[in-house]
Amino acid sequence: MRKARIQYQGDTLTVAVNDDGYPLLADGTALDPDQVIWLPPATGTMFALGLNYADHATELSFAAAPKEPLVFVKAPNAYTGHNGRSWRPNNVEYMHYECELVAVIGKTAHNVARADALDHVAGYTLCNDYAIRDYLENYYRPNLRVKNRDGTTPVGPWIVDRDDVPDPNDLRLRTYINGELRQEGTTADMIFDVAFLIEYLSGFMTLSPGDMIATGTPKGMADVQPGDVVDVEIEGIGRLRNHMVSESDFFRNTEE
Amino acid sequence: MRHANVEYQGLVRTATADPDGRLIGDDGATLDAAAVRWLPVSDGALFGVALNYRGLLEARLPEFQASPYEKPPENPVLFIKTPNTRNAHQGAVVLPRGERLQPGPALGVVIGHRASRVSEQDALDHVRGFTVVNEFSLPEDSYYRPAIKAKCRDGFCALGPWWVDRDDIANPHDLALILTVNGVEKQRGSTADLIRPIPHLIAELSEFMTLNEGDVLITGTPPGRVDVREGDQVDITIEGIGTLSNTIVTDHGGEAK
Repeated sequence: MRKARIQYQGDTLTVAVNDDGYPLLADGTALDPDQVIWLPPATGTMFALGLNYADHATELSFAAAPKEPLVFVKAPNAYTGHNGRSWRPNNVEYMHYECELVAVIGKTAHNVARADALDHVAGYTLCNDYAIRDYLENYYRPNLRVKNRDGTTPVGPWIVDRDDVPDPNDLRLRTYINGELRQEGTTADMIFDVAFLIEYLSGFMTLSPGDMIATGTPKGMADVQPGDVVDVEIEGIGRLRNHMVSESDFFRNTEE
Repeated sequence: MRHANVEYQGLVRTATADPDGRLIGDDGATLDAAAVRWLPVSDGALFGVALNYRGLLEARLPEFQASPYEKPPENPVLFIKTPNTRNAHQGAVVLPRGERLQPGPALGVVIGHRASRVSEQDALDHVRGFTVVNEFSLPEDSYYRPAIKAKCRDGFCALGPWWVDRDDIANPHDLALILTVNGVEKQRGSTADLIRPIPHLIAELSEFMTLNEGDVLITGTPPGRVDVREGDQVDITIEGIGTLSNTIVTDHGGEAK
């Protein structure tokens, strides 16, 4: 089963989504997916992994893969939903997408063993963890200026129930810019998998329902520009679309 | 005016503290202080600024010229205290087994209405008030990677006892912060030594991330963090705002509350 949060006729609703991607009202009515506003399907803290695919670590010129997970945190201001807009700041050289599998916590997790970890997962969604290379300073890297920007982490479109994803460690990931395939990999190449990450994080802090773990991206980065349509896709989970806009367009339309 | 969130007689309610320290509930009745359980002053996002006191940055300049930093920070060094870190006045803080724990006295700025791309000049219009924050952390020997393990443990961000209306604080950039452990002064600083003053921080942060109503900006801890131990009573007083008290307990393992 797939569950989404949408805005429809002014209401925020949690709805099921059918196999063709149509949100369903409680009475079974299928809605046109282009006529609803897709919201991020979860709104807790996002724990995001850096350098969690060996090939991406090499691409970024890191000599060795990390021995301990490199985790950073996002707050809800960073999220936007499926079909939403993200912005490229003026005067930056390089902004790239990152297609990532996201595990959504369904049950409070504290000191959870790896073998029991997936019991605490409600399901999976995906995110596009955009980054702006120009803003990488060497302090708390990657810092909030790179990774916690307003509307620059698309999440969605929906959450697929955990039991409908028999092996989260064997899924193809793909990113398309304007329909052209630009990134391809498999979650089989992750260094630290979801179960390990839940054990690791819950070993020193409590994870709560709605929290998300974004598991990192494989190699294959490319620059994105205003006007680009960027789709990240994970086999068996979904395809999350984002529209890149300029800084001035983004803020022109969001300021009251 | 001082505003608190409390649990009293089984109900979560808002209260105000009068000049004598008496708590008045939202129904006008005086609350029995002994029966009050204090709650965090806010449930918004908690954004922290590291290295924001004069003396802290200077002490590390030689280190910050070297690898992996290469140069001193040019932008505010920011971190997030995740929601599980929220704690309140009189709450217990767990010293994780085998670790060192350090309190972090800080002035907290409570956002009153949404701030996106505001100028320094307008920044304080978006502030509801000020509170006392104890930003607990394991010692940090590196600022290179995000400090989740050091800073995001359950209960590692105490806020309270209350927040004070912005206009009741004539100059938020001239307040003494005092840490006492078991009644003995251990650390003292002044918000006069903030490298980035509050309007500057709000303008700089809101350029790329919206500060929403209820969010708290933790403006930094002065130099001189100290270790605390099991059983310690840790109090932070900020002049004109109040005293936030917490006790240190040991992690005996097992499930979280």
